[in-house]
Amino acid sequence: MESWMVSNLVVAVLLVGGAWIAVAVSRHDIWRAAVQQVWKRRPGAVLVVCVYVLLALLDSVAWRGNVDTGSDVVAQHEAVTLLERLFGDAQEKSYSAPLADIEFYDHSPLKHPGSHLFGTDILGGDVFLMTLKGARVALLIGGLTSLIAIPLALLFGIPAGYFGKRIDDVVFFIMSTLASIPTLLLLISITVALGRSTLVVCFALAVTSWVGFCRIARGETMKLREMDYVHAARLMGASETTIILRHILPNLMHLVVITFVLMFSGLVLSEAVLAWLGIGVNGSWGLMIAKAKDELSRDPAVWWNVGGAGVGLFGLLLAVNFLGDAVRDALDPRTRKES
Amino acid sequence: MLAYVLRKLAYGGLTVLGVLLLIFVIFFAMARPDDVARRALGEKAQGAQIEKWKAKHGYDKPLWPTLAKPGGSLLQAHYVSLLSFEFGNSDLNDSPIGTTIRDGMGASLALTIPMFLSGLVLGLVLALFVAFFRETYIDTMGVFLCVLGMSVSILIYIIGSQFVFAKMLRWFPISGFDTDVIADGNWNLLLRFLALPVTVGVLSSFGGDTRFYRTVFVEEVNRDYVRTARAKGAGEMRVMLRHVLRNAMIPILTRVVVAIPFLFTGSLLLEAFFGIPGLGSITVDAIAGNDFSVLRVMVYIFALLFILAQIATDISYTLVDPRVRLE
Amino acid sequence: MSEFLLEVQDLVTSFPGSGSERARVVDGVSFNIRPGEVMALVGESGCGKSVSALSLLRLVPKPGAIESGSVLLDGKDILSLSVPDMRKVRGHEMSMIFQEPMTSLNPVVRVGDQVVEAIRLHEDVSVKAARSRTLELFKQVRIPDPEVRLDAYPHHLSGGLKQRIMIAMALATRPKLIIADEPTTALDVTIQAQILSLLRQLQQELDTAVLLITHDLGVVNELADRISVMYAGRIVEQGDRREVLANPGHPYTRGLLRSMPGLGRPGEPLAEISGMVPAPADWPRGCRFCTRCSEVLDICESEVPARRRLSLTHHVACHAVEATE
Ligand SMILES: Nc1ncnc2c1ncn2[C@@H]1O[C@H](COP(=O)(O)OP(=O)(O)OP(=O)(O)O)[C@@H](O)[C@H]1O
Ligand SMILES: [Mg+2]
Repeated sequence: MESWMVSNLVVAVLLVGGAWIAVAVSRHDIWRAAVQQVWKRRPGAVLVVCVYVLLALLDSVAWRGNVDTGSDVVAQHEAVTLLERLFGDAQEKSYSAPLADIEFYDHSPLKHPGSHLFGTDILGGDVFLMTLKGARVALLIGGLTSLIAIPLALLFGIPAGYFGKRIDDVVFFIMSTLASIPTLLLLISITVALGRSTLVVCFALAVTSWVGFCRIARGETMKLREMDYVHAARLMGASETTIILRHILPNLMHLVVITFVLMFSGLVLSEAVLAWLGIGVNGSWGLMIAKAKDELSRDPAVWWNVGGAGVGLFGLLLAVNFLGDAVRDALDPRTRKES
Repeated sequence: MLAYVLRKLAYGGLTVLGVLLLIFVIFFAMARPDDVARRALGEKAQGAQIEKWKAKHGYDKPLWPTLAKPGGSLLQAHYVSLLSFEFGNSDLNDSPIGTTIRDGMGASLALTIPMFLSGLVLGLVLALFVAFFRETYIDTMGVFLCVLGMSVSILIYIIGSQFVFAKMLRWFPISGFDTDVIADGNWNLLLRFLALPVTVGVLSSFGGDTRFYRTVFVEEVNRDYVRTARAKGAGEMRVMLRHVLRNAMIPILTRVVVAIPFLFTGSLLLEAFFGIPGLGSITVDAIAGNDFSVLRVMVYIFALLFILAQIATDISYTLVDPRVRLE
Repeated sequence: MSEFLLEVQDLVTSFPGSGSERARVVDGVSFNIRPGEVMALVGESGCGKSVSALSLLRLVPKPGAIESGSVLLDGKDILSLSVPDMRKVRGHEMSMIFQEPMTSLNPVVRVGDQVVEAIRLHEDVSVKAARSRTLELFKQVRIPDPEVRLDAYPHHLSGGLKQRIMIAMALATRPKLIIADEPTTALDVTIQAQILSLLRQLQQELDTAVLLITHDLGVVNELADRISVMYAGRIVEQGDRREVLANPGHPYTRGLLRSMPGLGRPGEPLAEISGMVPAPADWPRGCRFCTRCSEVLDICESEVPARRRLSLTHHVACHAVEATE
């Protein structure tokens, strides 16, 4: 199966999953109230995040169509995403400034004068389109990493908290060992050792970020273990597995959501640093910024590449950071209001 | 007290052993010596060439010890060399790693000590200020600025400041550093080289730190003992400095002490971008050249410092917080 | 100068409510305290006793704020004092003992130093002199091994000892008025009795006025000279202890008394008032007790009852009561 088919499949799964979660949330008062509270407090941030998600989805649906080259109709070499189709052809020969009519260095006329909001890059690609496409990569990094890290954290954290003793000692030792290595270095080491690919970067990010959540899950499980209803379930003869799945895990879900949102911006920022070290993910904003270092030292400087990526990154992180506070306040009754 | 320190040290030692195992897994089991050799020699390297390279750099032993032959494995060599601080030579250019690291330390510290101190003082002062005006628009603005600052990638800070202050305004050199400057005591020149990286470094971590300190302060301000202090007739200043700051030091300490190892490691990006030949630059070079021998040592040293800092935090807790029991 | 040490008139303190309106958690509270007198402020949990007390010291936590009213201490208008002048009043002329001895002391400062601070904030004395005064205070509040306790941290001490430290701190500069906000609620029953008898002894020895906040009518019976009964932000009944306890005018006071084992009238069943104090946002428009009152009239739901005198020293705010004047 080709990668664009996988991508389409993932979109389908995400849409179905999203709908299922929406139904589940609307059935539970606590969750519905939390969603309403977040929406009431930070409507702007929610909207911005939704726009980014929409862009990412648009950029994930792709198919191979036919192109009309004028004289002939041929099949496209590569699958083209919905977002790119909406954008249409925007290819130039080389650099052009934002909304310019001519090329930046040799001043020859552009094919699509005045239509490049953020200009074009060295290969003539539209920077605005690339900025929009970065949303998909950023969300992919955050999502994929969380998908690895959170189950990992629960897998270690819950047994450690629930059973204690030996298991707890071992998990605690693993955590303190991992936490002793500075994040960035561990990240670099793993990516360098395993070779550079999206999956490896996400795996490395997951390895460096699961410890924090594992600690939280362990602590919370320790508290839940002593709750009356857990004792009651045990007296009624429920097995340990049942107790964990029915009584512990559901009560950790709010922490999962909080962690996911709070972790997200750190992951995207880390990827940007990795990108600059040459071990980033293709098409990410980090990579665009990293490439721009030389462009800025040209004369006159080409600034719109780093500008576009910077704005895309900044907008998403700002929204997510504000959202994070609101989500935490809505879901975690213990944290007091600390805007 | 002594027993407490000893126990902490023992656990730290155990963690070091764990870290070493992890490093081994990453650099020997995930990236096998054959891969390392091929990366150093190029993809087309022949079997004999690879064997020769492995023999030269000491990778020609079995990975794991076996029951039949417990000695002479790479694992053993790895533990022995790092624990005895005999780091050997770089795979890339055969320079002694120990010397390289010692030479880089000075430049790293020259960058990070001013960065650490000014960041700490500025962050605490601003957080106290904002917490003092909590629930007013000053507070809201302050938090907003912090979140704004947190949302910008450090790459943007570096590239942007280099572009604006060094290239356009020409206030500072874009990059560069001379280790002789420290030896000569040419403070003026040193200042010109360091001003920009230090500022950028402070700026990039500023938002997150200040917001953290603020959260801690605001949490403390709402506690009952603060109300007692006010009911005694203490002024706001006194309440903040004598009561709140003292209690807030406990969570703040964790964050600060744990940041100290990074003084030695420098900041990877800052050093690389501003051409400061410290440990960060060495690491970046090692990444670029696939020099696992150096990378390995760097990870080890940083982890070692980190573990020591953690022990220091635990001990300083007992000094700051009378409630911590030495059990 | 008036005969009263403290005069509180129509005090209103509010917190932001659910909508744009502010909830008046304390709504027009008035009472007076004479020098050396013990006034009890009684009411269920959540009816605004602590907020009233904090208003007197101008320590209402943000976003709460005092909206109107006047507080005169020795004829001095507390609410219009400058911030530095207010600081001189706090802990010096008027001091407070809090509900929670566990958390009300600074955990990282030795308790002796905390009392020394209270002294030195108001008096220009050396640390050494303040320390020996603290030692005296510790003996006065009957702390065993006072020399040792000077250097103890709060977590070394039991709840009862912490409350004694709080009392010592409140007495440190001989204030004219001490506000004791449920000083025994958080303590064991045996310790409660000790602290209460200590308070009574000290009050009589030093002739300090006390505003004693409590929901325990047993405590009131032992300590108070006069009683103010508070319900949902308002004073519903006020009078001399004997009058109020023997001849309660307000159904709420009667309900409180009936749920008190030792004090209820013989023959009457022990019945608690049904339900709880509603949240400030849900307080009814007229008489605030009308939702729980067993003797409710039509008028109660729409109109705020005026104060009716039962005697020179005893008045009630209830539609069902006829004034005797
Ligand atoms: N910081 C605050 N923010 C918002 N509302 C508050 C705050 N403090 C008190 N209130 C409101 O004021 C009302 C009265 O509270 P207060 O603490 O004075 O009650 P109380 O009579 O002292 O009760 P208790 O016996 O439990 O101490 C409560 O209903 C509460 O909702
Ligand atoms: Mg109270």
